[in-house]
Amino acid sequence: MATWDELTEGTKAPRREHGPLTRTDFVRYQGASGDFNPIHHDEDFAKSAGYPSVFSVGMLQAGILGCYCTDWLGADNVRRFSVQFREQVWPGDHIVCEATVRRRYDEDGERRVDLELLVTRQESGGAAIKGEATFVVP
Amino acid sequence: MVDKSKLGLSDEPSTIPIERGKIREFARACQTANPAYVDDPAPVAPPTFLTTVNFWSTGATSPLAQLGIDLRRLLHGGQEYVFHGPPPRAGTELTFQTRVDKIYEKEGKRGGTMTFVETVTEFHDPTGRLVAEARSTAIETGQAPTKES
Repeated sequence: MATWDELTEGTKAPRREHGPLTRTDFVRYQGASGDFNPIHHDEDFAKSAGYPSVFSVGMLQAGILGCYCTDWLGADNVRRFSVQFREQVWPGDHIVCEATVRRRYDEDGERRVDLELLVTRQESGGAAIKGEATFVVP
Repeated sequence: MVDKSKLGLSDEPSTIPIERGKIREFARACQTANPAYVDDPAPVAPPTFLTTVNFWSTGATSPLAQLGIDLRRLLHGGQEYVFHGPPPRAGTELTFQTRVDKIYEKEGKRGGTMTFVETVTEFHDPTGRLVAEARSTAIETGQAPTKES
């Protein structure tokens, strides 16, 4: 876990790659989360909606990103985690998670950092998620 | 089509027990082996874990279910969790309630008119303390977006 002294504005977490993401990864996440929207596992349903195939659950990428952050700064320490979904993630895609310290400050007697978060699709280079988080740093 | 008369609607409060096995399953689905999630006998919930309220809300009264969104045109625009202290641990029970906070429209680049629905779910512990808040943005597109959009 990174310590307060190691965290300054601009500090980056080690990048982490996940993938290739598979239909099995999508189904496993849907089973765990209870979101059974068929567009993420039923090929016929996805095609009937005009998509070339099923695509990943945005919350899977968000979940991977959230745990990437807590692996770095501690599971107990997250106070805010916010994501916006951009490009969809498709079967076979690799994704890369990145987190950068944007602000380091004291608030309510606690040391805190605000992070800028990014998930990119390795294949397109495009952003799948842009996000922000706040952590306390004990 | 989104039924805009549902703005401000709240569902009935429900209760979610935070469970060790569910946290382990969720953490593994999120591709982490962090011992704080998978080994601790009373693990803390991962940042997006409260999405599992899906299993505990009563679907018939869920405001999102009542909005009439077409799943073929539904996109998840964004999601936010705020924790007032450490995230909840296994062994705690939280009461949650969801309300439709905002409904608005934007013109999309390729998908026609997009309707945005923001819902807010508040989670309280048995003492009545506000533990966490979740804000979800759902988007109903005018038509299915292309792969490149």
